[in-house]
Amino acid sequence: MASKIVVGYDGSEAAERALDFAMSRADLSGNSLVIAHVLEWSPYSFLTPSEVEERHRRRTEEMQRAETAILAPLTARIRAAGIEVETLIRYGHTAETMCRIATEQDAAMIVIGRTGHSGFAARLFGSVAGTLAQVAPVPVVIVP
Amino acid sequence: MIRHPKLILAAMACLLAGPAAAQGLDAAIDGFFATTTGWFVAIIFSNFPGTTFPWIVGWLVAGATIFTVYFGFIQFRAFAHSIRLVRGDYSNPNDAGEVSHFQALTTALSGTVGLGNIAGVAVAVSIGGPGATFWMIVAGLLGMAAKFTECTLGVKYRNEYADGTVSGGPMYYMVKGFAERGVPGGKVMAVLFAIFCILGSFGGGNMFQANQAHAQITNVLGSYPGWITGVVMAIVVFLVIVGGLKSIASVTEKVVPFMAALYVLTALIIIGMNYDMIGTAFSQIFAGAFTNDGVVGGAIGALIQGFRRAAFSNEAGVGSAAIAHSAVRTKEPTTEGFVSLLEPFIDTVVICTMTALVIIITGQLVSDPATGMFLLNEAGTQIQTVTGNNGVALTSDAFSSQVSWFRYVLVLAVVLFAFSTMISWSYYGLKAWTFLFGEGQTKELIFKLLFCFFVVVGAASSLGAVIDFSDAAIFAMAVVNIPALYILMPIVKREMNSYLARLKSGEIRKFQ
Repeated sequence: MASKIVVGYDGSEAAERALDFAMSRADLSGNSLVIAHVLEWSPYSFLTPSEVEERHRRRTEEMQRAETAILAPLTARIRAAGIEVETLIRYGHTAETMCRIATEQDAAMIVIGRTGHSGFAARLFGSVAGTLAQVAPVPVVIVP
Repeated sequence: MIRHPKLILAAMACLLAGPAAAQGLDAAIDGFFATTTGWFVAIIFSNFPGTTFPWIVGWLVAGATIFTVYFGFIQFRAFAHSIRLVRGDYSNPNDAGEVSHFQALTTALSGTVGLGNIAGVAVAVSIGGPGATFWMIVAGLLGMAAKFTECTLGVKYRNEYADGTVSGGPMYYMVKGFAERGVPGGKVMAVLFAIFCILGSFGGGNMFQANQAHAQITNVLGSYPGWITGVVMAIVVFLVIVGGLKSIASVTEKVVPFMAALYVLTALIIIGMNYDMIGTAFSQIFAGAFTNDGVVGGAIGALIQGFRRAAFSNEAGVGSAAIAHSAVRTKEPTTEGFVSLLEPFIDTVVICTMTALVIIITGQLVSDPATGMFLLNEAGTQIQTVTGNNGVALTSDAFSSQVSWFRYVLVLAVVLFAFSTMISWSYYGLKAWTFLFGEGQTKELIFKLLFCFFVVVGAASSLGAVIDFSDAAIFAMAVVNIPALYILMPIVKREMNSYLARLKSGEIRKFQ
């Protein structure tokens, strides 16, 4: 049964490694890929009046930029490798949004790269990979 | 992006050189101000013929009461639903990245939570006695319905432009709403409102804030001329609104909610420390609301002060919040109305009441031990206070009588509150300005420079002249806005009933 692999992709080197791994898996098993690009966003942050006014325009711009600069070239590359792919751009808390996408897409697994930081900041705030490992509804592959 | 470097430099030079040239400028500005705006203040605060009751207070009370009754006490019926909206229960996850209800609420609140909550309440209590608190709370509760009405209309009749930006507010619902109902005069009222809104942005949204921020700084750090504070604040405001240093505004916007929380928390701690006084304070508040216990103007004086300061603080019926909320993208105008009705509650019923309780509980108002009546000061203009202070200094005295270092926290809070209110009002004023004169770099720059100029004027002017004009300008907005709300309220009722029906039928559902 062909199912979907969700890949968290933000254009970083770690994401690139995750994508390579996911592509090799998809190639072997005939799975399709869902590339998820999450823009970190909290509905509980504070904005100034002019930020409120510009928010809709900014959001449109941000999504267009993500589509043309990051996702469009990627899709072409993956399709060229003969793998079926769809892309998603979402706003929200990265780990939570990845989980929601995995559920919505009925995905077989989530593949995500890790940056390998073990510093104070990661301990304090947690990392996306670490959070996913704990709360994801499907198996998670963390690519080093 | 600075597009007019020469003009800006010239203006900066004026701001800096002007005050430095004359040491006695503080007094000069105040005198000039009192004479030029005195007639305007006199009209707004004139009494009903043959009484000592200012007509504007009656106007605000009547408005808030009519909206409350007309919408069937919507502020209480929709209160729980409003909180759920703010929590995001009804927000579609696919709309993430757009302005949330929470952000709309906090942005509008940072425009209203300002010196009105700290200094204005002190003025109300020192003139109207503890009873003013009761009327302030009543005004806050009634004002929720006025806020609901204007913000629903603000969203419904805003202008949406091709580039995705929106402009809205009373100017737009007056023009478009009146035309829809076939009522003439919408344009005239919109122009009048815009003029008063610009004055209000210079007055209560600017000079009053600068004035009281300076008062608190000198209260703690010692006296120095007001124009110095004015110039410093004007430069920071200038950097944000003209220089485009958005980061300053963003930082303020993030710190202000924590300051407000800290303020309320400290007030609660002080009230808790004096828990044995809570009963006495409330009996003074209730008794003072209906009896003449030595306050200026008796029970009516308490009512006048309570309503006046509440309206000044939460701006319900004034129309400013309609400008802030209309920038939010939402399919349902009613939801913005519901969210906005929480503002007078948070601003007045919670924060203003805290200030009043701390002043009363810490015994800042001097009463005659024999009769229990409050003593008036020598001039007979207000109740005698322990330190003889008024305005923000009185609030500061009350807080630091229990927590001595809190005066320093209060300085920071006051400056930040003042600053965030100024940034919000510069936006409201600018919207009114562009409504009148059209959009354009130079036109907008002229407004922004005027705005900075009035920061200096406000800080240098004495309390009396500035408070009077600030009040008058804000209330003048309500004079125009409230009749427009009367004419348009059937439209709001239709929207509201349709929304509530769909909520009940389950057509509007929670997500997840």
